[in-house]
Amino acid sequence: MSLTRTDVENIARLARLEITESELAEYVGTLSRIINFVEQLNAADTGDVEPMAHPLSGQTQRLRADEITERDKHELYQKNAPQVEAGLYLVPKVIE
Amino acid sequence: MYTLTIAELSAGLRARRFSSVELTRALLERIARFNPHLNAFLTVTADEALAAAQRADQELQAGRGSPLTGVPIAHKDIFCTRGIRTSCGSKILDNFVSPYDATVVTRLKEAGTVLLGKTNMDEFAMGSSNETSFYGPVRNPWDPKRVPGGSSGGSAAAVAARLVPAATGTDTGGSIRQPAALTGIVGLKPTYGRVSRYGMIAFASSLDQGGVLALTAQDAALLLGVIAGFDPRDSTSVEVPVPDYVAALEAPLKGLRIGLLKEFFDEGLERECGERVRGALEVFRSLGAELREVSLPALPLSVPTYYVVAPAECSSNLSRFDGVRFGHRCQNPRDLLDLYMRTRGEGFGAEVKRRIMTGTYVLSAGYYDAYYLKAQKVRQLISDDFRRAFEQVDVLMGPTSPTAAFEIGAKTDDPITMYLNDIYTIGANLAGLPAVSVPCGFVADLPVGLQIIGPVFSEAKLLNAAYQYQKETDWHRRLPRGYD
Amino acid sequence: MTEWETVIGLEIHAQLATRSKIFSGSSTAFGAAPNTQANLVDLGYPGVLPVLNGAAVRMAVKFGLAIGANIARRSVFARKNYFYPDLPKGYQISQYERPVVEDGALDVLLEDGSRKTVGITRAHLEEDAGKSLHEGLKGYTGIDLNRAGTPLLEIVSEPDMRSAKEAIAYMKKVHTLVRYLEICDGNMQEGSFRCDANVSVRPKGAAKFGTRAELKNLNSFRFVEKAINHEVARQIEILEGGGVVVQETRLYDSDRNETRSMRSKEEANDYRYFPDPDLLPLAIDEAFIEEVRKTLPELPDEKAARFVREYGLPEYDAGVLTASRELAAYYESVVIALGGAPKLAADNLKEQLAEPKLAAGGLKEQLAAPKLAANWVMGDLAAALNRDGLEITSSRLGPQHLAGLLRRIADATISGKIAKDVFEVMWSESAEADAIIESRGLKQITDSSAIERAIEQVMAANPAQLADYRAGKEKLFGFFVGQVMKAMQGKANPAQLNELLKRKLSG
Repeated sequence: MSLTRTDVENIARLARLEITESELAEYVGTLSRIINFVEQLNAADTGDVEPMAHPLSGQTQRLRADEITERDKHELYQKNAPQVEAGLYLVPKVIE
Repeated sequence: MYTLTIAELSAGLRARRFSSVELTRALLERIARFNPHLNAFLTVTADEALAAAQRADQELQAGRGSPLTGVPIAHKDIFCTRGIRTSCGSKILDNFVSPYDATVVTRLKEAGTVLLGKTNMDEFAMGSSNETSFYGPVRNPWDPKRVPGGSSGGSAAAVAARLVPAATGTDTGGSIRQPAALTGIVGLKPTYGRVSRYGMIAFASSLDQGGVLALTAQDAALLLGVIAGFDPRDSTSVEVPVPDYVAALEAPLKGLRIGLLKEFFDEGLERECGERVRGALEVFRSLGAELREVSLPALPLSVPTYYVVAPAECSSNLSRFDGVRFGHRCQNPRDLLDLYMRTRGEGFGAEVKRRIMTGTYVLSAGYYDAYYLKAQKVRQLISDDFRRAFEQVDVLMGPTSPTAAFEIGAKTDDPITMYLNDIYTIGANLAGLPAVSVPCGFVADLPVGLQIIGPVFSEAKLLNAAYQYQKETDWHRRLPRGYD
Repeated sequence: MTEWETVIGLEIHAQLATRSKIFSGSSTAFGAAPNTQANLVDLGYPGVLPVLNGAAVRMAVKFGLAIGANIARRSVFARKNYFYPDLPKGYQISQYERPVVEDGALDVLLEDGSRKTVGITRAHLEEDAGKSLHEGLKGYTGIDLNRAGTPLLEIVSEPDMRSAKEAIAYMKKVHTLVRYLEICDGNMQEGSFRCDANVSVRPKGAAKFGTRAELKNLNSFRFVEKAINHEVARQIEILEGGGVVVQETRLYDSDRNETRSMRSKEEANDYRYFPDPDLLPLAIDEAFIEEVRKTLPELPDEKAARFVREYGLPEYDAGVLTASRELAAYYESVVIALGGAPKLAADNLKEQLAEPKLAAGGLKEQLAAPKLAANWVMGDLAAALNRDGLEITSSRLGPQHLAGLLRRIADATISGKIAKDVFEVMWSESAEADAIIESRGLKQITDSSAIERAIEQVMAANPAQLADYRAGKEKLFGFFVGQVMKAMQGKANPAQLNELLKRKLSG
């Protein structure tokens, strides 16, 4: 199954990845090859098999006690932030 | 000193034949000398290392400390290290200084190890040759024109070149085992859930496992004993007691039932590599093991299965890299969309983008059932095949990689060609099984690895088998030319 | 002329009242300085992992039991993938195919006294996003992630409601219920209880549903009602004009009372749901469910029914008084202070009341106390609380004090009218009823001769009106009542006054 330019443009948009014109052509090619490659899976007879979300079969989620275990470390964390003001992370204004 | 294993270093340190500071200095010198060429280390933490070595020496002098006190190690740059740049081999984290330590890092720190630095890797662990790193490829010490394997290529090269006696790695589709095989060292991927993933930057959450690269199975056993174990911060971490891996090494192998995977000895396996592996199997036979052929019919589908599941999970895991709270941000974003598109477009390399897009595609409306759901079902089939095999045999053995180290640039044209490097390793990740690669010979002076796969939580058995093999052979003692 | 039918479904997000977040140990307390309650997990830092808060699960199960729903023995957390700055990981951990609660229902009492069952398709656990602040940041939007990771219970109703009024009644019922269960504080101003409405119209009798619009940003009962009504009118106008309703998300603007299409979230959002590989399936067994069941309080419907049975109250009153556990508790305290209510053969109370012999036997009087208490709690007390912007828990008069006042009405020490004045003084001065009655000499005058004298004086002072009345202008009765009351400073026992006045006016 081959992907079209539009397919790739849509996927790149969904994934928020800017790709240039020349990259686009290349991605169309490689992604199509990859999708073709994985289509071998169609041949497998999976009948009633349960999809395996986890190698930890039979295990279930542990529950945590409802306790406050964290304290304020925002100054440390915000050292990594590209743009911060008044403790807020800044992004270009969003119109809603 | 630099050729010694951790077991030997530990004994030497405790006997005060040399100090941790001396050892650390010696290795830092080797790193300064060889790393510009190898590009195995991305960050060298010389000051911190010497300070830690001093503290270790104090512990050792006072007669305190553990077997790993004063022993230098390196971490793959995928493990978050507090106060130290953690790049994951990517431009998007080039400026990221982690405010916390991964659990694996904490445990090794508390065991007294001395951190020399962070090692190079394929970007976000996506690759089998360490050629996708933002920081350039890593060279294989055995032949600088060749790749060391990936994604833990930096860790493998560093250990093989004796710049550090051991390093951590991660294995999602073979990223510890394959580079270990291509550089002639031991690489261990534990059972899924054995080692905490907290602080280990996620690529594919249901496949990733943290592990170790070292010179010997004994060293791997020492290290695994420290990093394994339940971590309440990781919901996928299991509460299974950690056995004494070192004590288990000595068990005799007589009667060990070894399964030879029919699907692994196929046309894809380079002939001479196959011969080295068969040679290794004969050693096991001489130690009293029984060999028999087994077949896992669904196994040939492991690569396509992996290349649906892993990209799907990574496409979601990498969404947090958006230039808002940490990491690279594009200059002068016009609006929010521009911020995301250009930050991520600039910050991620081509292979990462390919996988994110593949993953986005297979999860998208209309395709989820056909690809993702289907792949998870095939994954169950593969897992069932392994389980059935382990009803008849104790371990499975075969090659780790279809070829020895290939040349840098040789396989970068077609992603699929690169993906097929993982053909023997991926199955264990899909089924969550432990596996180890142990050096078993050379082809044209390039190392070949033997892979041993076991049922869940059989690391003790795997390391025991590898250890006994290493007592009979000396592949692991050979040094690459120029590094001796 | 087409007759249109409105179809409404509500999605309610209730913030669960846990101390810590659903997947991290950060505090959920409201009002902290920006990003001081956002740890590495909440910030979506590289390498962090979620661990599930058991209290959030218990609260979800509690809700499920209260609405008679199915509790899933295994449910799965899924990732809902989309990009927005207040969503740090670029995905929200939610539940998709296998939610923890499914197939429940709520019985709702409507304004006209009828009952309607609203189906609840599902309720599932998910994490809240952070907050975006758009004002005062010079062309930037500021992101505060304190709220990111707060546990939410998303409650999805069947599209069973057919009018804005029905939607409000349902929403209020859910609001009451989550507060009864103590799983959510229901504070809509702080955003702990949020509602989105899915609204569509179709020609009456049509089998298929029309295209729906999703209305967001509805943070008060009033806004929900207005937004729905506005939207219904908008859709009808489009359809009657031959147009087509577009399936979209619309934001409600309370200033302009209109809904607007949300362009920023408009792009085809393919959420690419898949089970979150960082979390294992949630297993809930019988033992867990039974533990939670033990913590269920008397639910609003049960309590209201009991009020009808035990206190002889009409359904409407019982509904109002049980709107919150605190109000119901206050009310019952007042009744108990007044001597309680008789424990009668509760099931056929209405019949008993109708029975003349029993009614004569003082049953009515015995039930007078609960009714009196109901009237005052729903009336004067509610008005005072409302006026001062107080909740029942901050009432300036405790139930004992109110009972003290009501006792004096019941024993005819003061009239109901005077009592209203006493109440106001009690409220503003936090004083006791008896003290006020005493100090201001407000006791009711029940001395017939005193009342007769006052009547005679009024009659003498108003000959014209007297003549008119006797000539047939019956309406003037009220005038005389007023005059006598004024002369007696309002303290005449009204019943006696009426009786005596009637006699004397007739001559």
